[in-house]
Amino acid sequence: MFEIEIDGKTLSVPPGSTVMEAANRLGIYVPHFCYHRKLSIAANCRMCLVEVEKAPKPLPACATPVANGMKVKTHSDAAASAQKAVMEFLLINHPLDCPICDQGGECQLQDLSVGYGGVESRYGEDKRVVPNKNLGSLISTDMTRCIHCTRCVRFGQEIAGVMELGMAGRGEHSEIMPFVSKTVDSELSGNVIDLCPVGALTSKPFRYSARGWELSNRRSVSPHCSLGSNLTVQVKNGKVMRVLPLDNEEINECWLSDKDRFSYEGLNSSDRLEKPMIKQGGEWREVEWTVALDYVARGLKDIARSHGAQGIGALASPHSTLEELHLLQKLARGLGSENIDFRLRRSDFRAFPKAPWLGMKIADLSILDRVLVIGSMLNQDQPLIANRMRQSAKKGVEVNVVNPTSDNFRIKLANQAVVPVAEMAAALEAILAGLSGKGKGEAKAIAQSLKSGKNVGIFLGNIAEQHQDASRLHRLASQIAEKCEGKLGFLGEAANSVGGHLVKAVPASNGLNAREMIEDPRKGYLLWNCEPELDMMNPAAALAAMDKAEMVVAFSPFRHRAHEYADVLLPISPFTETSGTFVNTEGRVQSFKGAVAPRGESRPGWKVLRVLGNLLELEGFDYEDTESVMQEIGIAGYAQCDNSIDAEPDALPAAGGLQRIGHAPIYFADGLARRSESLQATRLSAAPAAFMNAKLLKKLGIEEGNPVLVKQGEGEARLNAALDDRLADDCVFVASGHPQTSALGALFGAISVERL
Amino acid sequence: MEQILLKGLDGGNWRLADYLKRDGYAALKKMFADKMTPEQVIDELKKSALRGRGGAGFPTGLKWSFMPKNYEGDKYLVCNSDEGEPGTFKDRDILYHNPHQLIEGMIIAAYAMGIKAGYNYIHGEIFEVYERFEEALEEARAAGFLGDNILGTDFSFQLHSHMGYGAYICGEETALLESIEGKKGQPRFKPPFPASFGLYGKPTTINNTETFASVPWIILNGGEKYLELGRPNNGGTKIFSVSGHVERPGNYEVPLGTPFAKLLEMAGGMRGGHKLKACIPGGSSMPVLTGDVMMDLDMDYDSIAKAGSYLGSGAVIIMDETVCMVKALQRLSYFYYEESCGQCTPCREGTGWLYRVVDRIENGMGRNEDLDLLLNMTDNIQGRTICALGDAAAMPVRSFVRNFRDEFQYHIDHKHCLVSS
Amino acid sequence: MLSAESKKKIDREVAKYPADWKQSAVMAALRIAQDEKGWLAPETIEFVADYLGMEAIAVYEVATFYNMYNLEPVGKYKLTLCTNLPCALSGANDVAAYLKEKLGIGFNETTPDGKITLKEGECFGSCGYAPVFLINNRKMCGSLTFAEVDRILAELE
Ligand SMILES: Cc1cc2nc3c(=O)[nH]c(=O)nc-3n(C[C@H](O)[C@H](O)[C@H](O)COP(=O)(O)O)c2cc1C
Ligand code: SF4
Ligand code: FES
Repeated sequence: MFEIEIDGKTLSVPPGSTVMEAANRLGIYVPHFCYHRKLSIAANCRMCLVEVEKAPKPLPACATPVANGMKVKTHSDAAASAQKAVMEFLLINHPLDCPICDQGGECQLQDLSVGYGGVESRYGEDKRVVPNKNLGSLISTDMTRCIHCTRCVRFGQEIAGVMELGMAGRGEHSEIMPFVSKTVDSELSGNVIDLCPVGALTSKPFRYSARGWELSNRRSVSPHCSLGSNLTVQVKNGKVMRVLPLDNEEINECWLSDKDRFSYEGLNSSDRLEKPMIKQGGEWREVEWTVALDYVARGLKDIARSHGAQGIGALASPHSTLEELHLLQKLARGLGSENIDFRLRRSDFRAFPKAPWLGMKIADLSILDRVLVIGSMLNQDQPLIANRMRQSAKKGVEVNVVNPTSDNFRIKLANQAVVPVAEMAAALEAILAGLSGKGKGEAKAIAQSLKSGKNVGIFLGNIAEQHQDASRLHRLASQIAEKCEGKLGFLGEAANSVGGHLVKAVPASNGLNAREMIEDPRKGYLLWNCEPELDMMNPAAALAAMDKAEMVVAFSPFRHRAHEYADVLLPISPFTETSGTFVNTEGRVQSFKGAVAPRGESRPGWKVLRVLGNLLELEGFDYEDTESVMQEIGIAGYAQCDNSIDAEPDALPAAGGLQRIGHAPIYFADGLARRSESLQATRLSAAPAAFMNAKLLKKLGIEEGNPVLVKQGEGEARLNAALDDRLADDCVFVASGHPQTSALGALFGAISVERL
Repeated sequence: MEQILLKGLDGGNWRLADYLKRDGYAALKKMFADKMTPEQVIDELKKSALRGRGGAGFPTGLKWSFMPKNYEGDKYLVCNSDEGEPGTFKDRDILYHNPHQLIEGMIIAAYAMGIKAGYNYIHGEIFEVYERFEEALEEARAAGFLGDNILGTDFSFQLHSHMGYGAYICGEETALLESIEGKKGQPRFKPPFPASFGLYGKPTTINNTETFASVPWIILNGGEKYLELGRPNNGGTKIFSVSGHVERPGNYEVPLGTPFAKLLEMAGGMRGGHKLKACIPGGSSMPVLTGDVMMDLDMDYDSIAKAGSYLGSGAVIIMDETVCMVKALQRLSYFYYEESCGQCTPCREGTGWLYRVVDRIENGMGRNEDLDLLLNMTDNIQGRTICALGDAAAMPVRSFVRNFRDEFQYHIDHKHCLVSS
Repeated sequence: MLSAESKKKIDREVAKYPADWKQSAVMAALRIAQDEKGWLAPETIEFVADYLGMEAIAVYEVATFYNMYNLEPVGKYKLTLCTNLPCALSGANDVAAYLKEKLGIGFNETTPDGKITLKEGECFGSCGYAPVFLINNRKMCGSLTFAEVDRILAELE
């Protein structure tokens, strides 16, 4: 340890720390722009110059390593005059257009210039004007304001793993820009808005809509992926205006995925369902809540009476709150039906995990030295877990992957087995064999990598979980984990993928699971916060089942296709308009409060279920608030989870022919993201196509861009063929979660493609 | 006068065969024959008092001794032939007329530091020099001087050239490393220094072309002999690139400590019998001195430093009484403004500001407060940046204004030039 | 996109660097591409990026940092004249004026017939041969007098 003194205070710090870090530990603020604790040191802004005893010139605190006995002065005349001089240089070409700048009130430059800026400018020459860039639908630019700190560039290179922005040119002519007309919309790109210390990069959807000081901040939790990112939801006049990350080192650090950041637009979309509605005589009619709920209660009782309660099925989105899932299952079971499920995209129920979770704390991902990811579009499904693995890989951790596509997650992978989607189990068997010293090729290399590790993590992603052979993949993965004394984890699809299990929003053995409820259609459905044709494992079958049902009750924040097949539409509140709880992939129970009042006549889901339970004269539906629901659920802190599997599912018969990969792209995956206009305008939201590798295109005599007919059983879709050479042989990637593919069948399984 | 770098060169005799006739590669052979250890090589260098010829004048032997010795993994040797400092054109002539001497020097250096691979970074504008150097490398490889198992020993060294493409800043050693790594040439913050974190993150030593080219002679004749050629602490000979208002601009290799007057005489004296008004003795980044001061000066590191400037890269820019100092500074300031890499705030913003103010004065729009503003600005740039380009931009401004303040003031007062009026 | 010959040249440059540092050849690759195409169009930059496994913007950063790359089409001959102080002391500005008048264009302009583009350069490290200009980044002509300029221009096809 080194003893050092800063501004007269002494402390001891480990060698290798910087003066900035040491000052921070003492609570001493050193002004800075380019320094950011999560990014590499650039030392280019020079704002952090401090006086160091015996040094002939002021040194940048951010980059200067401490030395034993060092004496630093951060506020001496010498330091202050250096800082003031830098501030003068920063401001000479800055437009000083604070009154019309979106960053106004939350601008580092503005704040610091108050303390360090001069009163009058000595600069009498013409100011530089820098043309703005079109970065796409998420980020607005005012490049004249840029102070060249390069935080945004380093973010792309170091955190997002893709250099979307660069600093082109030289000297005073340097400009931050993307390549020619490329957009900036990786799954993490919005973070550059937070990183930009001035108003050069600002949120496009938020532009000119409010000033920082007009907004009230509410804490919340992301309803999207299973990470459970902590959010600051900013509201003005009862409307959500913006969403920012809330620092939580153990979860999202200081970052936020674009989905978490921008999907709030969906909350304010014109698609919002604002009044309960009933379809009578083929006509939709807005009604009072009491009328609607009476109608639902009567309908449910009718079905139970004439077909038995098992004629009713409840399907809930895994993005629902814990309270909602609990009350929904309680209601279904109260009615006498065991048909309740929230695992909508799952297709293999031969065996399933009891409460699948990450198998460790999120922060403990950094302890692993060997990783195997099985079946995942990691960047899209878990953007910030991808980042954690990216940082690990840079430190030498070996990340291995088994996937039907060679997406490298923008990580320097150790090994990657790219196998046809139908052969994933075989690939895992080969790795198992490799662990016993047999095997060859990639599988053996992966086995060797895993074997050489001390802390091994084996992770199953969305593709593995939604795969036809999911149970066996799970079984094999757990065997691999056992063999290398590692941990098995599920990355988890949605905000409550863990929670749904904990509140038993899944059927017992006498009930039907999500797939069975579709394949063996029910008379009545309760659809909770889901759009079956977009959110389920077999969209075509789901639609057919809905069409056939006597009564479909759609509880939803949005109007959707239920218009065609439902009988009742009930507006429930999205996450910002209700209190609730999500259990993230590490089992952490996170409750949140509503940020704004429910829009229109929509009501918090738990309240709707409470009233419905009472109308149905069910026991125990007298809750005062979500806290009392949580008390009944009885979990807090970290929930007990369990990844074990006891069944030994048989091998599936070998699948011949073409196989679909029906992954739901990041912004098609849930109802809220689907309704964010800015996210829908990004590159990642491009209309679905039938992607195949060159070999398959050739085999089928199809060329890139040809219109094709894609068929699965009865279902078909007309799409364009597209080339993606990352795909394994005989795989056709056709996105799910999109209206254009909702007439198709299972997300994973046989598919045919013919040229039109 | 002893010459060790440019001796006997006639423009045509650059090939290996010619070099061998000039005792070429004899030092390398001697080193192996005498079984000199790396430490002994470095000791000779230390004795020679050879100081870096790239501008900073850092003792070369000392620099070499900083390289980690028992390091597992790659280390690199890099030659800085990115000569772009206005006034300097010596490395170009060494490369063009005597490429093998550089190659030999680098091989010896690589041996002394246990290095197996190196690059010579050549200034972009001298393509013909680059092509010739590539040819010389081929010759050296074919003759077994370069590559695997040099001269049958178990020492191997691979050397390649890398071409710059128009960025003065790449002469700064860490910018040069970034450039070899295929990036923009933006200098790195130091520490860490190249000896611990250099090319590709590996320990690296960088020297100037002339520095390396001086090495064979030192090994062949001994460090002490080399020191004796010059003055204490200023060993050996140095090439001075003389440009501007002399009769015969060109490179002159003389012992360090040679009087300026002698050098001027070698260059044919002042052109057209004009009077020496000013001289920048060490390349455009160094402070300008008045003619009177110059005439009393000896050309070595210490004497020039005492007079308030630096020997730098040894570029001697001669200006006679017809030169307008404001206009001269305007051009130099433009250069630094153009060539700033753009990362540090004081340099990126300050070089443009300096240029604009000088330009304004030159164009008859100077204000009374401008001279103090310029001096204050140089205080705010110098010593505040990642690399020394900030200093390089500030020093001319400071010295021009200080040493020729009347002329600047005249420009401001009369809105036109003192010289041409 | 680039000819087989250019690709071969690039491969030779790539071979100079460690196997995982293909990127080191980017400056050479851009130079070779420019020699073939005359200038660096966005497609050319993207091609180089793909060829070396780099991000296009990273290649663009390089292309815009070093000023001998042409980011816009230039005439058949690009004449870059050094006007830095040592050259200026030896008459570079007179040569500049002469060139401008003779060609009827200013710096950064191309003759109407697309033959010659005139550029102003920074120090070539050749001040002893001042004034100097560079033709197409390759051939350096020094000690320029008006007569010498006339002779060189006459030789350009
Ligand atoms: C802006 C700038 C430009 C430089 N240009 C050169 C150059 O063209 N050639 C050179 O050898 N050194 C140049 N240097 C100095 C190098 O950084 C470095 O000190 C030198 O190459 C070390 O070699 P030496 O010890 O043999 O002198 C420059 C430094 C700066 C700050
Ligand atoms: S001083 Fe200038 S040239 Fe040097 S690193 Fe800073 S900005 Fe770049
Ligand atoms: S914060 Fe230290 S130089 Fe920018």
